[in-house]
Amino acid sequence: MKTSWLKQSALLAWPGFLLISLAAFPFLLLLRISLAPYDPAGLWAEGFTLSAYRALVQPEVFGAILNGIELSASVAAASLILGFPLTYFITRMRRRAQILWLILLLTTLTLSDVLIAFAWQVMLSKKIGLSNILVMLGIMAEPMSLTPSRGAVLSCLIYLMLPFSVLTLYPSLSRLDNSLVEAARTMGASPFKAFFSVIVPMARAPATMTVLLAIIFTMGAYAPPIVLGAPKQWPLAVLIGSTAQAGHDLPRAAAMAVLLMLATATIALFTLLLTGRKKRL
Amino acid sequence: MTRTLRFFFLMTLASFLLTPLLIVAGVSLNNVQQIRFPPENASLTWYSYFFNDPDWMAAFINSLRIAILAALASVSIALPICYAIWKYASHVGALLDGLARLSFLLPAIVVSIVFLVFFSWLGIIGRLEDIVFSHAVVFATMPLATIGMGFRTIDPALIEAAALMGANESDVLRTVVRPIITPYVACGFVFVFIVSLNEYIIANMVSGFMIQTLPIKVFNSLRMGFQPTMCVGAVLFMLVGIGAFSLIAVIGDLPKLLGGKE
Repeated sequence: MKTSWLKQSALLAWPGFLLISLAAFPFLLLLRISLAPYDPAGLWAEGFTLSAYRALVQPEVFGAILNGIELSASVAAASLILGFPLTYFITRMRRRAQILWLILLLTTLTLSDVLIAFAWQVMLSKKIGLSNILVMLGIMAEPMSLTPSRGAVLSCLIYLMLPFSVLTLYPSLSRLDNSLVEAARTMGASPFKAFFSVIVPMARAPATMTVLLAIIFTMGAYAPPIVLGAPKQWPLAVLIGSTAQAGHDLPRAAAMAVLLMLATATIALFTLLLTGRKKRL
Repeated sequence: MTRTLRFFFLMTLASFLLTPLLIVAGVSLNNVQQIRFPPENASLTWYSYFFNDPDWMAAFINSLRIAILAALASVSIALPICYAIWKYASHVGALLDGLARLSFLLPAIVVSIVFLVFFSWLGIIGRLEDIVFSHAVVFATMPLATIGMGFRTIDPALIEAAALMGANESDVLRTVVRPIITPYVACGFVFVFIVSLNEYIIANMVSGFMIQTLPIKVFNSLRMGFQPTMCVGAVLFMLVGIGAFSLIAVIGDLPKLLGGKE
């Protein structure tokens, strides 16, 4: 027993040191700094104050949070509506096709959100973008730039989130027993009916996880809204970044980060409660 | 009917996923310093420009260096934790696993402010190692997941059989555990490598404007106006990604590594 304890300590010393000094401690430091007074000459001043939190009560911050909530609701919905059937179809494909799809999805993951945002900017530009195709099809009168806009930010975020949602749903959907669907089909259920009454309920946990990941990812997204959105569509993440980097006001940035965390946690809890209630029905 | 619908759905999503990649690749082949697609007079001008520009090369090499070191450090966090959980059902290990998971579940901007405050407080902001360790800790969840999955696939009967036949602990580790675990460790390594290579916001906050990684440089040049050179960087990253994942698919079982059915 004693030797096992010794071996465990030896094993876990290095990971423990890194995780405690670089994850747990800095997090507590962030909370502490959010309560420190602002010091224009240094990083922050000694003492405790609520002034950084008090400065958050303003329409700009409130609007930014609403932007974030709106965006994350849309991204979460889209990543489920697109990601769920996509993952299901992938898991039913032949092995080779499955691997090709997985490599495609993983490859889009390899590109920085900065680069994807840039690609969307090109795709939506006036000169060579999507609007030219729409003009050719006679849907639009003349080519125009489709950025900055809310739709552009949203498309880019959905693009970035889709591979994550497939990877989250993939394990459980690929283990799903095919004979259950077949049983439902033999008993006269349509493919759609079989899908919604057999498959969807069995994948509730990973589906909830997908929604939560989408919310967290969107609330923290920084580059896509800057590149593709107008300032009034910027979420809180962008304000945090500029407060820290351009404004050099670390206490305020820390307080905003705490606020963003609370907002994200609230939406996440709300989502969990909603899906929990459905289960009881 | 459902078949056509499915085909249409899959094709639409495939082109949705492929178009941005194709555009980036296409623009990188342009001959002129303008956004043109499809490229006119396709050439590798910007590739030679990229490889001859010390700034772009420095950013590229910084990114590679950070990604390799972060992936190594991340695996060095994950492997002992997973082993301790598997071998000793370690509670401390489970606790550390949870801690890593939590830091992964914070919104990216929050994590980057956490590290900005922390490294500023230590007075060592703007070093390469800062980015390495930030990435290693935040992304440790990925090797923890893949390696943990690897340990769970080890059949206990195999260990018992080895012990019955007189193998001691290190023999078992070397002959049974290591071969089973290796592809999962490699997979976790590749995931952290790729994600770290492309990570922007944490690197940007921690760099304190002193270190440029490729994503930071691309973002800055995006704001200063268009340069086809940045697409070259993107194409290089894409090739690295496709190469890495195809390699995993060849040497390992990609669907299984991603948690699919055997």
